Amino acid sequence: MGQITLQGVRKSFGPVNIIKDANLDIENGSFVVFVGPSGCGKTTLLRLIAGLEDVTGGQILIDGRNVVDVPPAKRGLSMVFQSYALYPHMSVRGNIAFGLKMAGLPRPEINRKVEAAAATLNLTPYLDRKPRELSGGQRQRVAIGRAIVREPKAFLFDEPLSNLDAALRVQMRLEVTKLQKQLATTAVYVTHDQVEAMTMADKIVVLNAGRIEQYGSPLELYEHPANLFVAGFIGSPKMNFVPGEVAGEAGVAIIGIRPEHLKIGKDGDGWPGRVSVAEHLGSDTFLYVEGGKLGTLTVRYVGELSLRAGDRVWLTPDPARMHRFNKEGSVIRTS
Amino acid sequence: MEPLGRQEAAMTTQQVIATQQTQVVATEQTQVLGRALLSPAVVLLFIWMIVPLAMTIYFSTLHYTLMDSENWSFVGLENFRYFLTDPAFLTSLQNTLVLVGSVLAITILLGTPLALLLDQPVIGRSVVRLMVIAPFFVMPTVSALVWKNLLMHPVSGLFAWIANLFGLTPIDWFNDAPMLAVILIVAWQWLPFATLILLTALQSQDEEQKEAAEMDGASALSTFIYLTLPHLARPITVVVLIETIFLLTVFAEIFVTTGGGPGLQTTNIAFLIYSQALIQFDVGNASAGGLVAVVIANIVAFFLVRIIGRNLEV
Ligand SMILES: Nc1ncnc2c1ncn2[C@@H]1O[C@H](COP(=O)(O)OP(=O)(O)O)[C@@H](O)[C@H]1O
Ligand SMILES: [Mg+2]
Repeated sequence: MGQITLQGVRKSFGPVNIIKDANLDIENGSFVVFVGPSGCGKTTLLRLIAGLEDVTGGQILIDGRNVVDVPPAKRGLSMVFQSYALYPHMSVRGNIAFGLKMAGLPRPEINRKVEAAAATLNLTPYLDRKPRELSGGQRQRVAIGRAIVREPKAFLFDEPLSNLDAALRVQMRLEVTKLQKQLATTAVYVTHDQVEAMTMADKIVVLNAGRIEQYGSPLELYEHPANLFVAGFIGSPKMNFVPGEVAGEAGVAIIGIRPEHLKIGKDGDGWPGRVSVAEHLGSDTFLYVEGGKLGTLTVRYVGELSLRAGDRVWLTPDPARMHRFNKEGSVIRTS
Repeated sequence: MEPLGRQEAAMTTQQVIATQQTQVVATEQTQVLGRALLSPAVVLLFIWMIVPLAMTIYFSTLHYTLMDSENWSFVGLENFRYFLTDPAFLTSLQNTLVLVGSVLAITILLGTPLALLLDQPVIGRSVVRLMVIAPFFVMPTVSALVWKNLLMHPVSGLFAWIANLFGLTPIDWFNDAPMLAVILIVAWQWLPFATLILLTALQSQDEEQKEAAEMDGASALSTFIYLTLPHLARPITVVVLIETIFLLTVFAEIFVTTGGGPGLQTTNIAFLIYSQALIQFDVGNASAGGLVAVVIANIVAFFLVRIIGRNLEV
């Protein structure tokens, strides 16, 4: 079991309010990703759940029990740190076994569990090496091994892949997701990378300046962002925002339209514009279109489109995929 | 366009090779220049070292006392035989080792908890740190005098006053426990050094590792044993090596407090050599003793490096 509930959780460092009233319900077995720009309080929120920081206010429930006064080790969670935080003087075996040893498990049982965890993570040949004798990806695996061997109620990950190179990151992303599904253990995963969030999460928590902006499945966030921040943060390339006259005509403050929902044509229908930059990736074409009073709009076209800088084009938004925002930046639902 | 592009590529490859060659030459030039610029200093240092050493070796083969300086003669290794078979030699060798060992033990066993304390966020930490480090800046002669006359004096010392306060008989440190007294004084001087080195090591310990251990359910004691102590192995090695070098030659503290006595109870090798040279005026014998001391220091250093030098390897 590993259900985590946050009720009105607040955290201040001195006078500075870092986490403002966080309410969240993380279901048992789900993979939840905290995503947000750097400095928004993701790590702090994760450390509050772990017990490495004390809450200023509110409650954290794990399987229905309030744990705000419970020390980290007694919460039944395990954490993978950004720096891996491996114990440098211990072998891989010692690192993975440490938690079990501290729990006072008998030696044969520790060995059995450590070897099982090592086998899961393809670490068996490295069990007697020191962390400094391992590659970045292997260290990452040891950190994960240390987390899974204790069979926790939930895993906490703090940007675990950010120190790996791009190719390895994609591979580990897949492995972590697979492992979590296989173990069916709740996972809370922090990242600033929205692609990581979209690909790994069952549910995403979008954080901004210590506030939870939206909580939902990746597709919910993509299709129905609750506000300007989420709309701009989720999706790549970023959503186009059209303020001013055009939005005014539709009776809203801002219109949002994703680059992939703008139809582009070489002759006259819709919003006129001129291509300023064209990026040809083969599979996609990204066009940056100067749209006069619309501002610069990004357009994504699937496939190759032979347009060059300077060409005149016309853009037609897909009305069903248009997002309308009021002055406060909240979405206006038109149902 | 195409062939030109290829030509350009070939050019670049050549340029790269050329640049590498220049770098090799440049490195060689730098090394030669470096050696040339260093050599005066090295030569000076060499002379600085070799002249006294050669003179010591020369004197150590002479029968030469200042009482009778006209009558000197070549005696070969007689001085060494005399020095090494002197009963005072074994006693002072033993005293030297006891002094070094005890001070090392005290400074590390006290320095570690002290460093741990100073690493905690306490109020006025910077002031406390400065005060802890202060003894290191006091000249050995001065601190020995302070200890002798103000603290350990059997009549007017602070310790005697405290003992009287509790109705106890004051200890006459320099008569009843002279070696212990010297050890305490020297340890007091070297404790700050050990503490300081260990403190900086503690501050470089990774915070996330400690948190990982906390999540793993390690108590403060377990964290200390399994994470902090291994982390301190290297700085402790450094403390042991550096302190040993200086502790083998402790002199001022003994000279000021006990004068090597009572009897030979606080005479170490350094003091023995001094007493032979300037109390007995025997230059030849003192020179032989000095050379013996050099050999002893090297033997100790050899064993130290064999035993704990491993910790210094990455
Ligand atoms: N121990 C601390 N003391 C004071 N401020 C802190 C502390 N830890 C984090 N903060 C502040 O809290 C904010 C959020 O930090 P963090 O949770 O690490 O952000 P993120 O992980 O989202 O990048 C930052 O502005 C940071 O400066
Ligand atoms: Mg962070």
